[in-house]
Amino acid sequence: MLQIDAQDKAKLIDPLFRAGIRFWVAVALLLAVIGWGGYMYVRQLIYGLSQTGMQRPAYWGVYMVNFIFFIGISHAGTLISAILRVTGAEWRRPITRVAEAITVFALVVGTLQIIFDMGRPDRVLFVFFYGRLQSPLLWDAISVTAYLLGSVTYLYLPLIPDLAILRDNCPPTAPRWRKGLYSLLSLGWRGNRTQWVRLEKAIAVLAVIIIPVAVSVHTIISWILATTVQPGWHSTIFGPYFVVGAIFSGIGALFMAMTIVRRLMRLENYITTRQYRNLGLLFIAMTAIWFYFTYAEHLTLAAGQQTAEFPVLASKLWGQFAPGFWLMVLLMGVAFWVLVIPPLLPRRAGRLVLFNPRLAVGSGVAAVILFAVMNYSRNLPLTAALSQPGIRLTGWVLVGLALLGVGLGGAFWLKDRLVTATVIAAVCVVVGMWLERWNIVVPTMTHPRLIPFWFYRPTLTEISLTAASVALFILLFLLFFKLFPAVSIWEVAEGRVIDEARSRVKIPAPTPVGAVSRPKHWGFEEGQQ
Amino acid sequence: MTRWGMVIDLDKCFACQSCTAACRMENNTPVAGPDQAERERTILWNEVLPFEEGEYPNVTLTFIPRPCQHCDNPPCVKVCPVQATYIDEEGIVLVDYNRCIGCRFCTVACPYQVRYFNWYAPEWPEELKEHLNPDPEVAPRPKGVVEKCTFCVQRRRKAREQAEAEGRPFNPTDFIPACVQTCTGKARYFGDLDDPNSLVAKLAKSPRAFRLQEEMGTEPKVYYLKQG
Repeated sequence: MLQIDAQDKAKLIDPLFRAGIRFWVAVALLLAVIGWGGYMYVRQLIYGLSQTGMQRPAYWGVYMVNFIFFIGISHAGTLISAILRVTGAEWRRPITRVAEAITVFALVVGTLQIIFDMGRPDRVLFVFFYGRLQSPLLWDAISVTAYLLGSVTYLYLPLIPDLAILRDNCPPTAPRWRKGLYSLLSLGWRGNRTQWVRLEKAIAVLAVIIIPVAVSVHTIISWILATTVQPGWHSTIFGPYFVVGAIFSGIGALFMAMTIVRRLMRLENYITTRQYRNLGLLFIAMTAIWFYFTYAEHLTLAAGQQTAEFPVLASKLWGQFAPGFWLMVLLMGVAFWVLVIPPLLPRRAGRLVLFNPRLAVGSGVAAVILFAVMNYSRNLPLTAALSQPGIRLTGWVLVGLALLGVGLGGAFWLKDRLVTATVIAAVCVVVGMWLERWNIVVPTMTHPRLIPFWFYRPTLTEISLTAASVALFILLFLLFFKLFPAVSIWEVAEGRVIDEARSRVKIPAPTPVGAVSRPKHWGFEEGQQ
Repeated sequence: MTRWGMVIDLDKCFACQSCTAACRMENNTPVAGPDQAERERTILWNEVLPFEEGEYPNVTLTFIPRPCQHCDNPPCVKVCPVQATYIDEEGIVLVDYNRCIGCRFCTVACPYQVRYFNWYAPEWPEELKEHLNPDPEVAPRPKGVVEKCTFCVQRRRKAREQAEAEGRPFNPTDFIPACVQTCTGKARYFGDLDDPNSLVAKLAKSPRAFRLQEEMGTEPKVYYLKQG
């Protein structure tokens, strides 16, 4: 019989056996979306991929974008939690479970995208029967399978002690199948020394192994694109660029998921601002690296001006893909601003009008109106002083200034709301990274060599299947955390023991500053800081 | 060993597209219909590509008939995860329709856009259905697989069978693809590139000869003779 802290039981175990009306409504809604997606998929099976918006030359579309996106999200978990485990970051404890669950479900949903995209899904096993090692798609099949198996194991191993805790602390009203499930899955865990030693060893080994596997997964996805000679893809930067993007979007997804778990289950005592602050630092670093890679990638294309490649870049910068491209840049810029600027603002700055939240609302409205005017009026009111391009430029500068106003006005408001700021950044990054995948796949596909440029617009089938995939991801997440604790109980308890032991250690510290008289020199007055 | 190759004289080609039509009748490529054609889902193994250069009034229009280039170093074969597309011992790039999983990696990898995907089950109007080529090797492909020009391998097989029946060795001049046979301007030549005395091998060495996108390193076996 494993003992458990009363607070842990109330916060982490008891909610598993209560399902309110809100839970069932959420499940029903998600099932409805998935059901609709299933219907659309059956239609696609019957009528073929003609139901999608794909054609020649855009042979790959939203499914491929989703595939890269979801596999990227999957780097949230295993990679982040493995790196934090290996480096012994103590603050990781309450968020590892959420991170690892994201990995597994994102991988499942990501792999589904490939099935959606296949002309002959009935032949999917041919990849294993007749696989050719020279094909990047086979590398991908191998690495994704390895990553899926690895991350399922990596989710399961730290779950074992928790399953035993659940088995021993089930409320008497719990249904029998759940008791049976927990005792089956806990594999006879009794928490003795041998078992702990084995478990810790297995987790430590797996944590190290999973890191190169995770890196290989997204590198290989980038190689699917980069090993072809398509304009804009044939680039050595793609491997690291994709891995960075994957970790980046993974952290974004992790922030969103852990905030939802924290809110719904009221786990403010477990997932604290410490997690947001520390992971936020990693997030800021990834934003900077992402900007660096994106700039490097586009600069080489712009400077080279090759006949096949430059049109791809031009379509992103000012052609048909410009809205998506600049929205991506804007979203990433917002994420960076929201993460970096508020903590840097000095407290006293709050008195300035510049940082008044009302300014943010005002300039937000101004930006939207200006933007709408710029977009929906062909001929802007001309003055004698400004030509048409001049007035457009002025318009864009004004929109930029208005956005700056939003950023400044909102910054101080966000200063005291770390969680809100982080979630805003996370949503921006996740959406921005989806757009990034789109901006990589679609412009190149529609700007081929030899035949005329074409366009690609996803149809209802593709949009429905995308919505269904997101719904499936959320549903798997919901069900999982209705069956298993959202926070690793034993790891948090272990963390408490470590913290307590640390608090007993006497650190040789100097006497507090106030007790020492400061020497007078360089004209400083006594007590002046 | 034979290494099949084609030479297309752009001086003689006047873009009548009879090669395209002959190819369709020989190889049973489906009729797209106006809706799907507008969505760029037509399957034309042998497409005549227009290239417009310059601005009015100094415009030149070049037409390049583009069958599969049957590269010696084909990017499509390299990327196929299941070996559904392969290069046979005589250098012809083929697709195994029973193996193809429809991932479309090859269509993405091909810099010549010669590979076509069956977005839906193939369709023909009733009148055309009676005139499908009965050869089992060109039986209509199912939906969801990739197909492309084969240099009419079914004709090569028939020519071999006939040579065997007549008890003589197979000669590379025994067969030509449908597009070569039908070419109105007699602009196309077909034969063995490895035989230095064959017409194609001689034409391929002509100073007018060039290949499409040679800088890709694909080593195509379709040569073009420059216009003008």
